Amino acid sequence: MAHESVDPMVQMLTPEGKFAPSAASEPFLPYFERLTDDDYRRFYRDMVTIRRFDTEATNLQRQGQLALWVPSHGQEGAQVGSAHATKAQDHIFPAYREHAIGMIRGIDVLDIIRVLRGVTHGGWDPTDPANKNFHIYTLVIGSQALHSTGYGMGINFDGATNTGNPDTDQAVIVYFGDGATSQGDVSEAFVFAASYQTPQVFFVQNNHWAISVPVSTQSKVPLYQRAAGFGLPGIQVDGNDVFASYAVTAKQLDDARSGKGPSMIEALTYRIGAHTSSDDPTKYRKDEELEKWIARDPIHRLEAFLKGKGAEQKFFDEVHDEAAEFAADIRRRTLEIENPEPGSMFDHVYSEPHPLVAEQKAWLATYEASFDEGGAE
Amino acid sequence: MSVENLPLGKAITAGLRQAMLDDPTVLLMGEDIGNLGGVFRVTEGLIQEFGPKRVLDPPLAESGIVGSANGLAMGGYRPGGELQVVGFIYPAFDQITSQLAKLTNRHEGAMQFPVVIRVPYGGHIGAVEHHQESNEAYFAHTPGLRLVSPSNPHDAYWMIQEAIKSNDPVMFFEPKSRYWPKGDVDFSGTNISMHTSRVVREGTEVTLIGPGAMVSTLLEAAEIAASEGTSVEVVDLRSLSPIDYGPLLDSVRKTGRVVVAQEAHGNVSLGSEIAATIAERAFFSLEAPVLRVSGFDVPFPPAKLETVFLPDADRILDAVDRALSY
Repeated sequence: MAHESVDPMVQMLTPEGKFAPSAASEPFLPYFERLTDDDYRRFYRDMVTIRRFDTEATNLQRQGQLALWVPSHGQEGAQVGSAHATKAQDHIFPAYREHAIGMIRGIDVLDIIRVLRGVTHGGWDPTDPANKNFHIYTLVIGSQALHSTGYGMGINFDGATNTGNPDTDQAVIVYFGDGATSQGDVSEAFVFAASYQTPQVFFVQNNHWAISVPVSTQSKVPLYQRAAGFGLPGIQVDGNDVFASYAVTAKQLDDARSGKGPSMIEALTYRIGAHTSSDDPTKYRKDEELEKWIARDPIHRLEAFLKGKGAEQKFFDEVHDEAAEFAADIRRRTLEIENPEPGSMFDHVYSEPHPLVAEQKAWLATYEASFDEGGAE
Repeated sequence: MSVENLPLGKAITAGLRQAMLDDPTVLLMGEDIGNLGGVFRVTEGLIQEFGPKRVLDPPLAESGIVGSANGLAMGGYRPGGELQVVGFIYPAFDQITSQLAKLTNRHEGAMQFPVVIRVPYGGHIGAVEHHQESNEAYFAHTPGLRLVSPSNPHDAYWMIQEAIKSNDPVMFFEPKSRYWPKGDVDFSGTNISMHTSRVVREGTEVTLIGPGAMVSTLLEAAEIAASEGTSVEVVDLRSLSPIDYGPLLDSVRKTGRVVVAQEAHGNVSLGSEIAATIAERAFFSLEAPVLRVSGFDVPFPPAKLETVFLPDADRILDAVDRALSY
């Protein structure tokens, strides 16, 4: 008789919003159990807000206000759940779609808009305490995995983790997608993390598509199984279940900060929108697949859960009104963003004086001024 | 013992050691740099003195070394990475040129990246493929990086310390054919300013310019030229990016004739950049076109042909004769 396999996926909320933890959820349930009704509502509010923000940004791009937009629609469960699992002292290394995580850590998401409008490459200062160690986006696929591992090595050398105090012990979490798992830098990050036992969580948002290439091309085994080959625990979670995403991430981060080393989380989710505003997913994926994932929407399932717990329509209406106001504010402030001064491109190329850059900056200033003088004469 | 006669490789060892004593955030990482002391023994003894948390023998992955060094820098460390030999640097190209070089700019100065990448480069050691190239042009082309190359033990001792103190990324190109010849290192000296070029032999008729190991070949050529009655000035570039043009242009204005020499391929090289800049800035001082002597534009050949590929004193003197013929 064939061995009966247990579904490895951690899921607490079914797509219908019923609380029915899968067998694999068991070690993570204590983390869910510490959540309160206020937390549930906060998760809901964050998911709705960031989706509304995402829609607004997509519209702004279509209206010519942004050079590009990178939609996060559909991935709110994985992002909101995992972001709330981090602690203030943790360091977060995003890829470039982690808008909800940035918002929850405390950045002004208009800074993301500024990057994609084309007025800055960075957008926010991760060393500013207000931004709670949310590092800047990285566009080269997977490069940030090594930065996060190096940062984690430094935490170990500093003795800033595994002291027994979960309120100060540091951990690192890095985000990337299913496509990035094929990158050499990501494999090297797994190897270095294992060697140095970094206090680190690798959070893979498997949204099933690396632009037009399906995850089946990236890997012939479920991605979480790859972790074992590097000597890391690997956990698969339903990324459209915000509770499971929260609980798994919280436990793995606690393990990381208590000396148990790095681990990998594969969050199964789906990119409902395009890869970016330059993409056309109708050229490579089928409507039936999209419909299947829309039925697993992370917001709808939490809404059903909350209604089952007696939440009134008034609450949902308020959340949606607030999200609309948030988006309107983003639109208003986007239109007020000023272009950078031309001379600013020469700033911060180096930290210390550099003759070539200084010379070119001075030349440009003189050159531009020459047009003013010409007009005055 | 304020002056000691040391090989260049050991002068770098002494400089690394001093930098680690001066600043506890300095750490070294690279393939085999721990118990082995590096394949060229430049880090010999350092793991015994500073321990494995400051002298790291990481897994074998060049991008991993530079990428994690970038992350360590974000956490306040000053990592010095050794890439074993020059031709093994390319797996780390993204982490050097798209990440390290741009991270300060991308952070708008909010973070600094004081990462040093030590690169043993150049030929004349009879080694196998990928071990003998001079690929500085790839990196000199990249804004955000600084590149220096010492030509002698004294400069090496001081320049490596200055590179580590710099708040910018520095690629430290070590002329590995010069690892073994000895020279006086004055430990009581001061910072020599690594971004300055320097006249190492005065002359009046032709200026020879080159970096790193090429400097000793230029001096050899100058000596032969002198015996034949030609007075040649030699300038040690020291800094490959930015290039310190002041002493170069002063020399050109004096001699009117210039030969730029390099082991690297000539096409789109540092020599090309220097020649163009001299032509732009000292045009009316020139008595002859600026000439370049370079490695040929072919892959670095098998070791038995390296002496044909690499510019030697004769090829430099041939260019000197051509410059004088105008």
